[in-house]
Amino acid sequence: MTPWLIALFAIVRREALRFIHQRSRFLAALVRPLVWLVVFAAGFRAALGLSIIPPYETYITYEVYIVPGLCGMIQLFNGMQSSLSLVYDQEMGSMRLLLTAPLPRWWLLLCKLLAGVAVSILQVYVFLAIAAGFGIALPPLGYVAVLPALVLSGLMLGALGLLISSTIRQLENFAGVMNFVIFPMFFLSTALYPLWKMAESSAILRDICAANPFTHAVELIRFALYQSLNGWALLWVALSFVLFFGLALVGYDPAYGMTRRRKGG
Amino acid sequence: MTALEVTDLGYSYGAKRALDGVSFALRPGHFTALLGPNGAGKSTLFALLTRLFVTREGRIAVAGHDIAKEPRAALSKIGVVFQQPTLDLDMTVAMNMRYFAALHGIGGREAARRTERALAQLDMAERAGEKVRSLNGGHRRRMEIARALIHDPEVLLLDEPTVGLDFKSRQAIVAHVHELAQTGLTVFWATHLVDEIGDGDDVVVLHRGEVLAHEPAADLRGGRSLAEVFMEMTAEGIA
Repeated sequence: MTPWLIALFAIVRREALRFIHQRSRFLAALVRPLVWLVVFAAGFRAALGLSIIPPYETYITYEVYIVPGLCGMIQLFNGMQSSLSLVYDQEMGSMRLLLTAPLPRWWLLLCKLLAGVAVSILQVYVFLAIAAGFGIALPPLGYVAVLPALVLSGLMLGALGLLISSTIRQLENFAGVMNFVIFPMFFLSTALYPLWKMAESSAILRDICAANPFTHAVELIRFALYQSLNGWALLWVALSFVLFFGLALVGYDPAYGMTRRRKGG
Repeated sequence: MTALEVTDLGYSYGAKRALDGVSFALRPGHFTALLGPNGAGKSTLFALLTRLFVTREGRIAVAGHDIAKEPRAALSKIGVVFQQPTLDLDMTVAMNMRYFAALHGIGGREAARRTERALAQLDMAERAGEKVRSLNGGHRRRMEIARALIHDPEVLLLDEPTVGLDFKSRQAIVAHVHELAQTGLTVFWATHLVDEIGDGDDVVVLHRGEVLAHEPAADLRGGRSLAEVFMEMTAEGIA
């Protein structure tokens, strides 16, 4: 095995072990979307009528509609949480250990991203299994087809987290970011309501939703679950990933990034 | 060829000059102390030596590799112990070691073999299966030193590694690292505590970002105590 892959596996393994050790985090990650699915969707079903829109071919219940959005939500939280752990790592110094390894920095940071993605995909599948237990089953092949979509959307949201972590100094600032990133991204997307519903209430909000990369992550997942490809969403998510990761690399570049602004003794 | 050579190194935080014209070359297989008061620029120098910071002023060569041109070759020859602990507390000593080995591209049996060897070197073999959280401060530090040796570096950098340790642990670590230098490893040890430096060691005195002296401790102190000479040198800078 090459040194690059040895490092990748070690970083993914460490992240997975850390996740498993934090049982409360694991539970919270599962309970959050389940509450939305079971409680919120039940209440909302009555209020919201859905027409038949692609990729659906028949009328669907609201629970079925929000499953892809909740998969996206798991990845969104996970991306931000890995970012939180990066800020923590910076404070605790283990980021230094990573960054002084004799491998290219972009690779080390990509390993870190992939580790977060692996953890988020694990959560998504556990969530989908529980949802199936509640009777919300999807096409069997959809569970396979969604995997590449989850990898890409996870990378994009993880890269956003990485970018945020490169601009944040302390853990205390992080709560604000959660409020200003997670909530707007989630609510101004197609996770909970389709675009045309949003257009009925406000054209501007609809445009914001249409530009939100999270919308496209959700749509990519939604279409993949029904074994079809949303090319526009794929492009949008891929471009967002390149942009976020590129900016994050600048943030972590020793020549002008965060390390430079932090004073030594 | 020396393991670490620094030539005319400079660094600024905005308008504040942190390092200015710093040059020295470490004697191979020797213990060299980087002695300076708080704020002298020691941590900045260490950040540059480990490429956490980069600068356009001057040159750093590790085992002949220019860190600006061949960063990976240079970093692979450095073992580093940071001032802040960098451990996963909920993992065992061996897991922490193997994680680090993997970052250096060493995996599988080879990583296990080297972990064993490095822990034995620091008298830590029997603690391999313990969680780091259960270790005391001295043992955690010793583990970090063992970890820094796992990839056979040519130079070991330690940034005030005894901060926060009790007297006995401090003495033990100082003695251990001196022994490592006797086995042929080049050691660069940042400190502001003169009692960690022996007469046989070399000393680089750093003050306000400049090198005031670089010579064997015995020569530096003449007939006096090192503490006295150090106080005098750094006081002159203030006056």
